[in-house]
Amino acid sequence: MTGHTTIVIGVGNPDRGDDAVGPEVAARLAAMDLPGLMIRSGADPLDLVHLWDGADVAVVVDAVLSGAEPGRITVHEVGARRPDGGPADGSSPDGRRGPGTHAFGVLGVVALARALGRLPARVVLVGVEASTVAIGAPLSPEVSRAVPGALQVVLELITGADYPAGRWQTASTLLPSGSRTKAP
Amino acid sequence: MTHGTPTTPGTSRTSRLSVGMLARVEGEGGMHVEIHDGQVTSVALNIFEPPRFFEAFLRGRAWTEPPDITARICGICPVAYQTASCSAIESICGAQVSEPIRLMRRLLYCGEWIESHALHIYLLHAPDFLGYESAIEMAADHRAVVERGLRLKKAGNQLMTTVGGRAVHPVNVKVGGFYRMPTRAELDAIRPQLERALEDALETVRLVGGFDVPDLEQPYTYLALRSPHGYAIESGVPVTSTGTTFAVADFPRRIREDHVARSNALHARLDGTTYAVGPLARYSLNHDQLSPACRQAAREAGLGTTCRNPFRSIVVRSVELAYAAEEALRIIDDWQDGAAPAVPVQPRAGQGCGASEAPRGTIFHRYVLDSDGLITDAQIVPPTSQNQLSIESDLAAVAQAWVDLDDEQLTWRCEQAIRNYDPCISCATHFLDLRVTRS
Repeated sequence: MTGHTTIVIGVGNPDRGDDAVGPEVAARLAAMDLPGLMIRSGADPLDLVHLWDGADVAVVVDAVLSGAEPGRITVHEVGARRPDGGPADGSSPDGRRGPGTHAFGVLGVVALARALGRLPARVVLVGVEASTVAIGAPLSPEVSRAVPGALQVVLELITGADYPAGRWQTASTLLPSGSRTKAP
Repeated sequence: MTHGTPTTPGTSRTSRLSVGMLARVEGEGGMHVEIHDGQVTSVALNIFEPPRFFEAFLRGRAWTEPPDITARICGICPVAYQTASCSAIESICGAQVSEPIRLMRRLLYCGEWIESHALHIYLLHAPDFLGYESAIEMAADHRAVVERGLRLKKAGNQLMTTVGGRAVHPVNVKVGGFYRMPTRAELDAIRPQLERALEDALETVRLVGGFDVPDLEQPYTYLALRSPHGYAIESGVPVTSTGTTFAVADFPRRIREDHVARSNALHARLDGTTYAVGPLARYSLNHDQLSPACRQAAREAGLGTTCRNPFRSIVVRSVELAYAAEEALRIIDDWQDGAAPAVPVQPRAGQGCGASEAPRGTIFHRYVLDSDGLITDAQIVPPTSQNQLSIESDLAAVAQAWVDLDDEQLTWRCEQAIRNYDPCISCATHFLDLRVTRS
């Protein structure tokens, strides 16, 4: 993914348990002080439409509640250049039915941005399965343990490294195609 | 999303219709309408409230904590919770905030109104009137309209970030005021965005004023705060459309919350009667305090000085959107650096109440502190709990008025009636199931 304008966005509420995983990964990435990389955090997925303006590549890290094993990391491509159009409506016409943890979910925002012509060419969603999104709770142990793995996935994505063979499997719970998951 | 069973011909008609979740409201809730031979026999809005989790959570916590803890109840209206909780604690401690602090609270709150109203008008409610399932489908045909909504929401977020430190759960608010006042230069930096927001908001009023709106007038008793400082936002005294007024401190006696078997949420009554809070109530009780420009915009959009058609709430909300942008600009233009960010507050034992006008309506807080400044009791009455009975009344009226529609259309019309309230059900609930049963 080198040679492009790349942004990494951590989505989530830092005060709600594992929902903080997106901002946590973004903060750890920011601490690495990588040159030429934009890093943002936000609790409202609707801000994605503005945040990724001008970027060719956006990597979005967010907590998901799909019923899978807490800490499981899922990766899927939803960008404008995806030939099959990606999950245009996610699992929800209004963006609320998806497995995300927000009222107007990330998938809904992706679909909205696509309709507005404001979806970057490549958007990769890195989801981390949450255990708890209780108000005031810290990251759960499972998700805390998954943070380095999620960070590694993001680093591989932004440095252009392909996923090592054997570490990935097709996701069945999150999205029907274009998805890969990694055990925690 | 919708599943219907075949109807039985003849004098008695039987069908059942269920919807997995109510779309385009913040959070989730449930609705059930029963129709017997063309007559609506029962309507229930089912709200499954996390049983007063926050009120219990606050007990034993320090007097300084409610602004931070209660802000987490809702990602859409944290300032409403922060402001009402600060006012309540300050009233116990005998603290009076300065005029600059009041103005800065009002400015922060304007950001919340802009952000929340823009979200609801454009992304949640407008699709109802333009005939789309969602804002996503609407965006394909009305790109400029959706872009305007996103631009407005961004302006509100930016104002909240500048004053509150961050947009979703502001961290700059404390009992007695703020940790730090934004500077004039920081406020001037967001002025262009707010000027654009005011233009966009007035355009919004023109847009939604042209929507085809179902004809329905409801005999509401309205309740809103009224303030000597202008259209009530951050503070005020409760007044009603029946002419009563009472001190905020009297709300626990005047507003009683009852538990209803069908719902985990408490149903609020004012002096034993159903009442409504929110934009329609504020507009109808405080229309004279709107700015001349907003009054003119309202007039041109076909609004009178009061409004009792719940389907016109989107127009009223747009007028308030313009007012919030205009008011934010006025506060910024008059702002002078140098004001103390907070007044000193010393805890003391006692009970205190606070209220403010959340985007969705009046919110009340009550706290009891012991002599160590620890909270021994807390009560939070959010707008959606107060509006539950009015929503049910609207549902009954709407279902009866449009009873001849097929199940799918009737369900959609009922959902629209709920969305008129912009119910922040996440303040009061999780998970919604929507059903219409005919027998």
